[in-house]
Amino acid sequence: MSSELPRTLKQYRHAVRAHELSAEEYLDETRQLIERGDPQVKAFLHLRLDAARSDAQAADPSSPLAGAPIAVKDNIMMAGERCTCGSRILEHYVAPYSATAVRSLLAAGAVVPGKTNLDEFAMGSSTENSAFFPTHNPTDLTRVPGGSSGGSTAAVAAGFALGAIGSDTGGSVRQPAAFCGVVGFKPTYGLVSRYGLVAFGSSLDCIGPIARSVRDAAIMMNVMAAHDPKDATSVKRPHVDFEAALQPTLAGKRVGIIRELQGLDVQPEIAAAMETARKAAVKSGASIVDVRVPHILSALPAYYIIAPAECSANLGRFDGVRYGLHVDGRDMTETYSRTRNAGFGTEVKRRILIGAFVLSAGYYDAYYKKASSVRQLITDELDAALQSADVLLTPTTPTTAFRLGAVTDALEMYKADVFTIPANLAGVPAISFPAGKDAAGLPIGLQLMGPRWSDAELLSSANVFFTALGGES
Amino acid sequence: MTTTIGLEIHVQLATQTKMFCGCSTAFGDEPNTHVCPVCLGLPGALPTLNAQAVRLATRIATALGCTVHEVSEFSRKNYFYPDLPKSYQITQFDRPIATGGSLPIVTERGARSVRLTRAHIEEDAGKSMHAADITLGGETLVDFNRCGMPLIEIVTEPDMQSGDEAYEFLRNLRRLVRWLGVSSGDMEKGAMRCDVNVSVSPDPAKRGTKVEIKNLNSFRSVKRAIDYEEQRQAQCLTDCTPIMTETRHFDEVQGTTTSMRSKEASNDYRYFPEPDLPLLQLDPTELESVRTQMPELPWEVQSRFERDLGLSPYDAALLTEERSTAEFFQQTIALYDNPKKVASYMGTEVARLLNERGKTLTETQLTPVALAGLLTMVEDNAISNTASKDVLPLLVDTGTTPMEAVRSLGLEQVSDTSALEGFAREVIAENTTQVDQFRNGKEAVLAFLVGQLMKKSKGKANPKLAGDTLRRLLK
Ligand SMILES: [Zn+2]
Repeated sequence: MSSELPRTLKQYRHAVRAHELSAEEYLDETRQLIERGDPQVKAFLHLRLDAARSDAQAADPSSPLAGAPIAVKDNIMMAGERCTCGSRILEHYVAPYSATAVRSLLAAGAVVPGKTNLDEFAMGSSTENSAFFPTHNPTDLTRVPGGSSGGSTAAVAAGFALGAIGSDTGGSVRQPAAFCGVVGFKPTYGLVSRYGLVAFGSSLDCIGPIARSVRDAAIMMNVMAAHDPKDATSVKRPHVDFEAALQPTLAGKRVGIIRELQGLDVQPEIAAAMETARKAAVKSGASIVDVRVPHILSALPAYYIIAPAECSANLGRFDGVRYGLHVDGRDMTETYSRTRNAGFGTEVKRRILIGAFVLSAGYYDAYYKKASSVRQLITDELDAALQSADVLLTPTTPTTAFRLGAVTDALEMYKADVFTIPANLAGVPAISFPAGKDAAGLPIGLQLMGPRWSDAELLSSANVFFTALGGES
Repeated sequence: MTTTIGLEIHVQLATQTKMFCGCSTAFGDEPNTHVCPVCLGLPGALPTLNAQAVRLATRIATALGCTVHEVSEFSRKNYFYPDLPKSYQITQFDRPIATGGSLPIVTERGARSVRLTRAHIEEDAGKSMHAADITLGGETLVDFNRCGMPLIEIVTEPDMQSGDEAYEFLRNLRRLVRWLGVSSGDMEKGAMRCDVNVSVSPDPAKRGTKVEIKNLNSFRSVKRAIDYEEQRQAQCLTDCTPIMTETRHFDEVQGTTTSMRSKEASNDYRYFPEPDLPLLQLDPTELESVRTQMPELPWEVQSRFERDLGLSPYDAALLTEERSTAEFFQQTIALYDNPKKVASYMGTEVARLLNERGKTLTETQLTPVALAGLLTMVEDNAISNTASKDVLPLLVDTGTTPMEAVRSLGLEQVSDTSALEGFAREVIAENTTQVDQFRNGKEAVLAFLVGQLMKKSKGKANPKLAGDTLRRLLK
């Protein structure tokens, strides 16, 4: 039976509706895969397979997700389940409510098999910053799955779930999707509610779907994209059917190549994949245009000021007073510092310190304020570039998945976010889709960016690239 | 010596729910019963702005003559404290909702205007209760019911020069916020809180060192703290001991201030724009309608009462303490056009009854129609002024009409000529000596005879008609 198992959400939904498969049967198959594979991959921080099975039994086959297993990153609240954010400080924290995105998924018939591993508080690009254990890349267990949503992308790649949700602050959905050979979509900021996502960089954070095909991502977006009165940055938009909007060609589309990114050092196979994608685009009726985003290389330093600044405030609440880890000190101040010293890992501490520094009196103008101006500049430039092109094509990452422990220098790790960060700064949608493999057989991911609120069109374009490069329609 | 005083006042906006969540703002309930993931700052929770709080803030800022900005911005003020669950307070910093404006005060130096620097909206913190308040061996407990309460902070320019002026400012501000329904202004319930900046300088042209005073729980405390601080700083200047830039704590019992912390060691709050809330954009047409629908302000009404109605400053102030009182008064004089009489009756008889009952005017059954009716009956001699004092409690407590009340108390004056003649004949027959004296030209005796008639009528006779009747029969 397992050879005939549906590989995508679309196939699964079809099989369930045709009564060829039941949600429980599929969950049992998934359970076997998890029990066999996850001890090596370590995608999950906590599993809830028994509960998931009863949820699958209760699932309505005619619902949009029809009992499909969808994994949830462990920085997104699901009522009654632990939500650790991959941190010691929340090791035993149980979510008292569900995130809006989780509620939407559950209401649409999703079944959650477990909460997935991540870099602590979503800060990292390899899932090695998890306080508990690193996740391994299912393609090559000696390699990282990317991060910070590495648990979610590994789970989808390994067949532990038909889809997953992650959070993307600077590429945390797209980069691990590229490393694991799956689709990762960061929607326009404000399209999916952030309510119940533990904030890292509030002005950058987006919840996005991780899937085995672009169509599956569109199916998940149909469930999650909705205005949420609980999130003041969520935007009311006319209803869009993302799946129905998928078009078969790129006819008449202008695919922009950003000139300033051309000179960057990129693994040769990724450069070759870019070339293949260009040709596929032209073949599908698109034209290639050269666009300029003059300050795009300043996105990285601007991001590494703004994100830590916001994180320094967002993570202040973990002080041991009301919940989470508490380490006693002689007085209040010592209790705070002992708790936070024991509860946070190195990378989180580094970013809190950077954030507090760039916001402090005397440095604010030179750092935070300057970075905010740069952000605005890049946003304006990207918006302009997206006037002369319908989508922008870039690699998702400069390299394919690296070996666990291979990148120890924080700056080296940060630099790898160069392609993904601009979309977060500008709030535009961006998607990473699989585009072949390198010589070592490791997945390559390419990225498309589109104008704000063009999510449906962007998914449609990505679907054409994805299928042209061998992906499942 | 010149004293310079500036105030920072937190006014709690009278909304049903908190600033950024749906929790109730009810006061005095069990600790931690009005809380939710948002106001507890639980991970993943997000703030959403209370539109009513913004409307109330816009209202008070407009009344104060501030420039209300169509676009303002929320910021995070970062500091660690157990009663601040997010480790930051959502407030406004660089771009407050309002700037400028002023509030008039009347003091010994005459009518003046205290300029305002700015007004911004923000959320309150929780309430810490330390070992001193609770017998729990050094523990600190926190009540988060207050956390997230909507506040407007009003900051004045250093335009006041004495504790009396500060007191007067606060009194007038409280009258205004209550008048507009923006806040209960109740200091005891923390709905109005005030920090004071005081500096004393020997040179009127130069500002002295600024000292901040906190923990001021009443208007009187504000005045006492300023009076004490004025004296302390003057003494420092005389003794040549330096005055520190610091925050001082007011001790209610001792009436003194003590050093809390020096400014040098103060926090760096690392303000930055709140990414969870979009810019606050006010609709210009709504702003305009706030302006055009602004009621006449209390001090405007007060001076109109003095100027146009000839009321004493005392009566005018009393009648404009509450908007409902002023409206009651105006409705009453529309029916009974004797403002001074109504003002004096409200200031004495009505005020006494309210005092006895511990109620405000609106909490009683008394209506302008009833009060005007009662005063008209007195004027028409339908009842005596004395009798009206027995009628009023019924109007206040039961809401009956004056006619009904007079009838039920049997207080109608006897104005019926035949009845009065009957009494008069009896009086004339029984008091021959006095009757003779009157007939011989002793006018004053008539008062005695009228008194006798009143006695016979058990006080119900109309005294004027009684005199007329006697006079006619004695001719
Ligand atoms: Zn609340």
